[in-house]
Amino acid sequence: MDVNDIIKPENKVYGKPVLMNDNNMHYCPGCSHGVVHKLVAELLDEMGVAEKAVGIAPVGCAVFAYNYLDIDWVEAAHGRAPALATAISRLYPENLVFTYQGDGDLAAIGTCETIHAANRGENITIIFINNAIYGMTGGQMAPTTLIGMKTATTPYGRRVDLNGYPLAITDLLARLDGTCYVTRQSVHTPAAVRKAKAAIKKAFQNSLDKKGTSIVEIVSTCNSGWKMSPAAANDWMAEHMFEKYPLGDLKNV
Amino acid sequence: MEEEIKLMKGNEALAMAMIRYGADGYFGYPITPQSEVLETLMAQKPWETTGMVVLQAESEVASINMVYGGAASGKVVCTSSSSPGISLMQEGISYMAASELPALIINVMRGGPGLGTIQPSQADYFQATKGGGHGDYHLITLAPSSVQEMCDFVGLGWDLAFKYLTPAIILADGVVGQMMEKVVLPPQRKRLTDEEVRQRCPWAANGRKGMRKKNVITSLELDPSLMEVNNERFQRTYKKIEENEVRFESIGTEDCDYLIVAFGSLARISQKAVEMARKRGLKIGILRPITLWPFPKAEVARLSERVKGILVPELNAGQMIEDVRLAAGSGVRVEHFGRLGGIVPSPDEILDAFEKLFLGK
Ligand SMILES: Cc1ncc(C[n+]2csc(CCOP(=O)(O)OP(=O)(O)O)c2C)c(N)n1
Ligand code: SF4
Ligand SMILES: [Mg+2]
Repeated sequence: MDVNDIIKPENKVYGKPVLMNDNNMHYCPGCSHGVVHKLVAELLDEMGVAEKAVGIAPVGCAVFAYNYLDIDWVEAAHGRAPALATAISRLYPENLVFTYQGDGDLAAIGTCETIHAANRGENITIIFINNAIYGMTGGQMAPTTLIGMKTATTPYGRRVDLNGYPLAITDLLARLDGTCYVTRQSVHTPAAVRKAKAAIKKAFQNSLDKKGTSIVEIVSTCNSGWKMSPAAANDWMAEHMFEKYPLGDLKNV
Repeated sequence: MEEEIKLMKGNEALAMAMIRYGADGYFGYPITPQSEVLETLMAQKPWETTGMVVLQAESEVASINMVYGGAASGKVVCTSSSSPGISLMQEGISYMAASELPALIINVMRGGPGLGTIQPSQADYFQATKGGGHGDYHLITLAPSSVQEMCDFVGLGWDLAFKYLTPAIILADGVVGQMMEKVVLPPQRKRLTDEEVRQRCPWAANGRKGMRKKNVITSLELDPSLMEVNNERFQRTYKKIEENEVRFESIGTEDCDYLIVAFGSLARISQKAVEMARKRGLKIGILRPITLWPFPKAEVARLSERVKGILVPELNAGQMIEDVRLAAGSGVRVEHFGRLGGIVPSPDEILDAFEKLFLGK
């Protein structure tokens, strides 16, 4: 058996998604963003919807998502992705419109746009990367930062009296009549990655079927912001984040 | 729908014009004195006739970003608001200017600063003509002074925005929004099909149909040498607009001894003042800038060589007068007359101000 036998399509168990290009990623090694990008790219191809897809990139570490996934993109202002997605989805009802947002983008500056787009039941998918920190700007506190967690703006740990409570915004979104599917996933183990992929697939299908707003939160790591190795960040996340942000479906209608 | 003659408010004319000029989408949030725009659209239900999308957004921040999304996808979209709402939109407008997107924004100005008053004003002249948001950019700024122009400038605004791929703004004041006049509504312009949109806007982000090359709409460029190139391209566009799109109306300027430069409702009120003045033997002409940006600099300069003085009446503390002074140079006296806080002056007041300032009466 030579290499040409080995690379036959039927022997292939893994490959780079066709919609993902060769541009060098700016993400830190170990960051969850890269894994979720790959899932989105795989699904858009597998579901045969690359021609219909319009992604709305956030302001945050994923601001350059458009450099890596070969679909149409619009780069929104910080927090406003759901407003852009609303318009594009209403103007092109047959398109698959999704936003890809961090916790600062979605749950701080963009809370209003997020809640109202979801409450109107816009036929969009929101992919929400909750890494409990502002990765892009150098690791400041996010609305989702855990109590006691050290960040650049909570150097002694987040304190309730100074900073209030971590915001589980997905819980809130699940209660809105406009959402059809709200789920919390992670991508820290191969099994979790497979589940997250199934969740994003369901969300995309809901959008294509015009069922309302689907939200997939990915509880994520930011190993650079957390100042940990990628492996330690995965362990820390499982140990601390899942208590406040438990995995699983919050709503599935 | 054929051409039609109607009696209506300026704000209602804006809404009817959007439908008839083939708008794909309107996104807005209520604010006095322009709420009739959204109300009229909702009453007209254009989604049942032309297929136009109309949506009441949760804020002006949302509505301008809906416009950003719609424009990025190649559609003919628009929002309207009044001063405080337009302030909230500045970030989104700056993004659209930087992304070279065609869109129409309408400001039916009220008095500020702050929550100010719901009465008419022209105090957002600086904001509209000098950029408004962050960064080096300009908006094509159209100043209607009649209900007919409220209607016509919706079509003109979109045509210019698509011609130059940059946002345009209609800067109306509350008087023009609220007053009722006869208006000739244009015949229905057909909305473009998605296929036609793809042809007109091959750059638009609306899905890689036929797996064409991907389109990305972004204002971000971290490499300063490339960002400078982008900025130079924006400036070339602005220069072309300045060369080709200056619009103004002249009333009695060929034989005048004095000149009034006024826009919007104050040009209309000044017209009456000038008629009264002619009866007293005073020859005053009016130059009414229709495009506030690009400003009719050359025409102001030409007339300033001939006249003995220029009066600039405005519903603000002196904003357009800066552009008039720059264009007129130091050879001629240029004086401001303004009412603030929502007060609209009568023609007598304008004439009195003129006589006091220039004739020492
Ligand atoms: C209006 C505005 N305010 C602030 C910023 C600065 N800023 C850029 S990204 C960011 C936070 C990003 O955090 P998050 O959304 O959690 O994304 P992450 O980088 O963690 O993926 C901030 C505050 C900005 N670009 N625009
Ligand atoms: S800073 Fe954090 S979120 Fe950003 S790329 Fe690095 S690890 Fe990922
Ligand atoms: Mg974050």
